[in-house]
Amino acid sequence: MSWLVAAPILVPLSTAALCALAWRSIPAQRGISLAGAVALLLCAIGLLAQVAGGVQVMQMGGWKAPFGITLVADTLTAIMVLVTAIMAVAVAAYSLGDIDPVRERNGFHPVFHALLVGVGGAFVTGDLFNMYVWFEAMLISSFVLLALGGTKEQLDGAIKYAALNLIATAALLLAVVLLYGLTGTLNMAELARLVPQVQNQGTVTTVAVLFIIAFGMKAAVFPLFFWLPASYHTPAVAVQAIFAGLLTKVGVYALLRTFTLIFVGDTGWTHGGILLWIAGFTLVAGALGSLATKDLRKALSWQVVAHIGYMVMGLALYTPLAIAGVVFYLVHDIVVKTNLFLGAGVARRLSGSSRYEGMGGLFRSAPILALVMFVPLGSLAGFPPLSGFWSKLVLVQAGLAAQSWWIVAAALVTALLTMMLAGRIWAEVVWKAHPAGDLAGLGGFSPGRRVALVAPLVALSLVTVTIGVWPEPVMDLAGRAALGLLDPAPYIEAVLGAPAPQPTMVGELPVTPAAPGQGGAP
Amino acid sequence: MHSLILRTGTRLLLALMVLFSLFILWRGHNEPGGGFIGGLIAAVAYSLVALSFGVAEMRRMLPADPKTILGAGLALAIVSGLFAVVGQGGLLADPYMASRWYISYTETGEKGFAIGTPVLFDIGVYLVVIGGILAMVRGLMEEL
Amino acid sequence: MEVVLAFTIGGLVTGAVYMLLSRNLLRLLFGVIILSNAVNLSIFLAGGLDYGVPPLIQGADKVLEGTYANPLPQALILTAIVIGFSLLAFALVLVYRGWQDMGTIDGDALRVAEPVETTPALEAAARARKHGRETA
Repeated sequence: MSWLVAAPILVPLSTAALCALAWRSIPAQRGISLAGAVALLLCAIGLLAQVAGGVQVMQMGGWKAPFGITLVADTLTAIMVLVTAIMAVAVAAYSLGDIDPVRERNGFHPVFHALLVGVGGAFVTGDLFNMYVWFEAMLISSFVLLALGGTKEQLDGAIKYAALNLIATAALLLAVVLLYGLTGTLNMAELARLVPQVQNQGTVTTVAVLFIIAFGMKAAVFPLFFWLPASYHTPAVAVQAIFAGLLTKVGVYALLRTFTLIFVGDTGWTHGGILLWIAGFTLVAGALGSLATKDLRKALSWQVVAHIGYMVMGLALYTPLAIAGVVFYLVHDIVVKTNLFLGAGVARRLSGSSRYEGMGGLFRSAPILALVMFVPLGSLAGFPPLSGFWSKLVLVQAGLAAQSWWIVAAALVTALLTMMLAGRIWAEVVWKAHPAGDLAGLGGFSPGRRVALVAPLVALSLVTVTIGVWPEPVMDLAGRAALGLLDPAPYIEAVLGAPAPQPTMVGELPVTPAAPGQGGAP
Repeated sequence: MHSLILRTGTRLLLALMVLFSLFILWRGHNEPGGGFIGGLIAAVAYSLVALSFGVAEMRRMLPADPKTILGAGLALAIVSGLFAVVGQGGLLADPYMASRWYISYTETGEKGFAIGTPVLFDIGVYLVVIGGILAMVRGLMEEL
Repeated sequence: MEVVLAFTIGGLVTGAVYMLLSRNLLRLLFGVIILSNAVNLSIFLAGGLDYGVPPLIQGADKVLEGTYANPLPQALILTAIVIGFSLLAFALVLVYRGWQDMGTIDGDALRVAEPVETTPALEAAARARKHGRETA
């Protein structure tokens, strides 16, 4: 047991509490916010080091699973927490230069950390109902962050975001309780043991599809993504960046966790059927959407949707290589998307618009910035030495190995369309002369603001380049995470202890004590 | 709202409801009740003040700003779990939120008064609920 | 009893879907309220219906005696209600603010964040059509 397992919840929660206590002093809140993010990063590094020695579990308050609340961290969790922490530091630093005083007075800093509590909680929880609760904690913070500032555009986006996410919430809760009704437990490790023993496996598949709908809505997959392009471009830049980087990926993480641990009884239908189709449509729809708009922020929002498709595709292929590819892609995508939105924010500040016709001249006025922005843009498109190339390569390889030709075709077409978009953004925002003549460039900002705005961009670009030129360590970690997902026995044992089959009520029919893996339909 | 009946009633009810909420908070230690429901009752009492006398009067009657109350409650709840750092097996041996108790024994060796960290957590919840709901009520009443 | 509750849930969901399909945002929110109540009721049902005493350990006892009601669904419903309540309160204020600022609660009329994208070619075509109508 390690206390670091609770850190992804405790550290941001304490930070949020301290920020709320320091309500009157904005400078104090800024300091606390940045310090809290750095503390989270240190804890995340410690957690990653610890999970190398095995799955870490904490039974809250000493109440043993499956009766108490369990926090679990395996390699995947630790990777996700680490990436989240890096984003937290980058965005907390950026927000010092970007968030206006009104938003700060209305509580940007505490709510930002409350959002991180939800994200961290969803990553470390070992209980399905708790996952629902963390999703809601995340949702309510995201409502506040989205509406903070209260411009018409924001209210419009927030209403659509709220309406669709409220329905997703109801679907998620329904899915969770139906599974509880079938098995009598909510602990994910115990669910992994009990679900194969349910008499009527058809009901399990039905519940699985409900989970795809619920988590899919949170992850913004094909027919359920419309809330995302309607709202993601409206709030403050720092908020856009953390939303684009993290929120949908938590949905992907939840899909990844449940569809490798619990719903693996009918993979031909759930993975090879529904998820694969969803992935293909998400890829193409997102890429086309991003080309159809002439607003930089909206194009990037659509790209968030498109790249969710790659991750769902890896999960749908359900081979060790593909799952490792998903984990790699998660790491790459979170860094790149956050970086892109932050960069778009600076570009908008410099050129005074986020529509292509009002932008341009970056190469001339801020050449260093343009060069730094090339990294995430090229990585998004998948140019060879950058992280996007390797992550796409792994997934395409996995697709070819699984002989799913058409999903590979969809992935490659999307990559091509993304490359077109990257070229377009480069031409419209960076190369083209600004319609109003020369821009002031970064020299127009005060020194403090310049550092706060540009340092996160440089740092995240360095991360992308490092992953690109030296992908082995990340791929190695992703491979370990994939192995942990595909062979959940150590996870289950770490949570529940050594397998000791107990007589349980399953589907209202008593099941005689059976060795694990032996039960199920006759 | 200028209703004489409501104002007079609120004056009487406020003290009664806050006292009752504290009773519920304490009772929750071993029986139905607890910080959440107690906090709700107290929040309703102060919301009643806001309805009959206005938001400014409510804020004047509160010892601190609702947001500060919320933060303090959150901090208290977090701290209540941190008592578990020092465990029987040594530092960090017990999980977070493991409860710590002080139990007094009578001279004959019978269990007497007992108090533990769960109470602290409950008080934290009580404050979070009051702070959260009153911050919401204030925001709404200033908005509408 | 299960059958009655199941049909009740079905009826609630039917009503909720009808409301959700409305363009009026307030109706949509009412639909969400009904939907979340239907889900809460199904938590109750999923936990199993039983005639039992409340799951409280009496003063002198150490363990629960006799048949008692399953306490977990109650805890889940309470949590779900609290979460649903806070989300809905926020959504209601949001719709109200939207009505104040934009003067409409018609979902289709909300186009501030997503204005219709035009291109020079489309604009020229629209102008040509308008011109054609005027000259005709």
